[in-house]
Amino acid sequence: MSGPVGLSRMSYREAMRQALREALAGDPRVFLMGEDVGRYGGTYAVTKGLLEEFGPERIRDTPLSELAFVGAGIGAALGGMRPIVEVMTVNFSLLALDQIVNNAALYHHMSGGQFSVPLVIRMATGAGRQIAAQHSHSFENWYASIPGIKVLAPGTVEDARDMLAPALDDPDPVIIFEHAQLYNMEAEVPETRNRNIGSAAVRRQGRMVSLITYGGSLPKTLQAASQLAQEGIDAEVVDLRVLRPLDMTTILASVRKCRRAVVVDETWRTGSLAAEITARIVEEAFYDLDAPPSRVCSEEVPIPYAKHMEEAALPQPEKIVAAAKASLGR
Amino acid sequence: MIEFKLPSLGSDMDRGKLLEWKVKPGDSVKRGQVVAVVDTSKAAVDVEIWQVGTVFEQLVPIGETVPVGAVLATLLEPGETPEQAASKRKAPAARPAPKPAPAIAVAAPPAVAAPSAAPLAQRRPVSPAARRHASELNVDIDKVTGTGPHGAVTTEDVDKAAAQSAPAPSDRYAEMRKAIAAAMSRSKREIPHYYLSETIPMRRALEWLTQENAKHPVTERILVGALQLKAVALALGKSPELNGFWRDGAFQPATAVHIGVAVSIRQGGLIAPAIHDVDKKSLVDLMRALSDLVTRARAGSLRSSEMSDPTITVTNLGEQGVEAVLGVIYPPQVALVGFGRLETRPWAEGGELRAEPLVTASLSADHRASDGHRGARFLAELRERLQHPEEL
Repeated sequence: MSGPVGLSRMSYREAMRQALREALAGDPRVFLMGEDVGRYGGTYAVTKGLLEEFGPERIRDTPLSELAFVGAGIGAALGGMRPIVEVMTVNFSLLALDQIVNNAALYHHMSGGQFSVPLVIRMATGAGRQIAAQHSHSFENWYASIPGIKVLAPGTVEDARDMLAPALDDPDPVIIFEHAQLYNMEAEVPETRNRNIGSAAVRRQGRMVSLITYGGSLPKTLQAASQLAQEGIDAEVVDLRVLRPLDMTTILASVRKCRRAVVVDETWRTGSLAAEITARIVEEAFYDLDAPPSRVCSEEVPIPYAKHMEEAALPQPEKIVAAAKASLGR
Repeated sequence: MIEFKLPSLGSDMDRGKLLEWKVKPGDSVKRGQVVAVVDTSKAAVDVEIWQVGTVFEQLVPIGETVPVGAVLATLLEPGETPEQAASKRKAPAARPAPKPAPAIAVAAPPAVAAPSAAPLAQRRPVSPAARRHASELNVDIDKVTGTGPHGAVTTEDVDKAAAQSAPAPSDRYAEMRKAIAAAMSRSKREIPHYYLSETIPMRRALEWLTQENAKHPVTERILVGALQLKAVALALGKSPELNGFWRDGAFQPATAVHIGVAVSIRQGGLIAPAIHDVDKKSLVDLMRALSDLVTRARAGSLRSSEMSDPTITVTNLGEQGVEAVLGVIYPPQVALVGFGRLETRPWAEGGELRAEPLVTASLSADHRASDGHRGARFLAELRERLQHPEEL
């Protein structure tokens, strides 16, 4: 928290590492565990150097068993600790779904409010790095449908640094999705901290079409908005930030202003978070719409390995531009 | 113009599903050329054309099932222009028959954008926001050109249409004259009016007002007009059949007292915007609302809610010097209260003749909603209320 007032430049990876370091230094109950987080420094090098700084008691390498170490995290949280569990990717987290869905999300309810689970689970998500289908899918929408947990998706460097602390303070389980394509993204971040983990944010003001997105699709959507601006189309970009609970107030205000909505979401279209958001827009803002809301999602295929095919399967700025223009009849 | 119809491709064939177009609009075709592929439920069959021409419009989207004889496309004859063809185009009845049961028809894949636009043409697309906006602006949605997706009418289209159709400012008074003419003609045509009047002594009211106004700065003085409005509003409490609307053959009492105040416009015409909840307002608030309303009415900056919901109207022509006013009810309201000029006249009371300030209040009421007996009770109540100004 110290340092000169003003901006400092860092990568998303460094921002996340800074957040972890501050959390570990600030609270002895906080510890980190997961596959390769210690000696290897993290699959995405987020935790590099933390083992040397904080020691093996607090930076714990785990066996390759998501079910076991997520379950251990739940136990530690129940026992008064503030564990941060890293799951290498959301694809592997499916092995721990039972622990997350049936235990972490439910204990507060099942115990009549006697127990809460102050657990933070971090996981990488998303495609775009040619690591093939088993490492490239997005399942944020699965988690965002479960009552009892909060789901965050930092899409900016600032949010990567700032969301962890309030997530640790939350008495309930919080899942943080880090899109693997974002780790190298750099930005200037202010010294002041944003502790808000309840609201969406308007990243670009506009009035003709509302582009609603989060996480790894945010930079692509902002790029699309710049392209649209060159063609005289003034698009607004809403960054969800929080996938559960959804901040419908911000979403609906933007849709009511622009009267057109395009939801950009890297999960598959069927049953996507984009589907949920679109349904709510239609339910709550039908009479404010000038065009059917549309979605830009991933093609319904296992994410391909080949570079050109992988790119073709994912939301891209050109697809977002085309959807925005279609909503304007252009 | 040539109509290319679905031929019978077998004696047992009564319908076919269009699988593919082998030509697109603008293509020239010659005799015997395969132009489409149609599924006859037995096989996919190449369909040839036996005329020469240029493809003009494809009327059936891919995937649609149509009966034998349905027009699949139109073609321009050699030398024919699209304009000529368009003028000769037959009514929609000549279009393909309605879709058969969905069990047979298969929807076109969403990727085929151009043909899937055709079914939308059956019902003109209007966005929900545009429809609401048009009704707010009183724009006829059927006359608005759409520029949105699928040619849908959007909010911007409605705004454009409204800007084009808005009458020039100089026409405003002519428009107002027309509106008054329509409303008043309807009133006299439909409403069986009855009229009552009552002379009301105003000495107590005026004396009380003088005392009250002495306590307030000039800018907050209450005029007798505000006192009259409040008295009307309170008197209506005992005569709910005068406060409301006659609609669809029945009286609907209003749930609040919104008094339309007739304001004459200098350039001619009048409007009667409402002051809301007059019965619940203090005299000071009422006076403020009245001055504000008159100013804005004359400046032409009224709110739509004020224009649309008066539950009764009060007109005061006393300023103009007339003794009494027997007004015409503004439909669908059912009553109008008039006040004439306030003047000192001979008045007999308790066997004595005195010079007293008097005003003639009148009631025009709709005989369908109330009777003279009830109207008389209202005027009596109004007179009583004005004898106790401190309770207003």
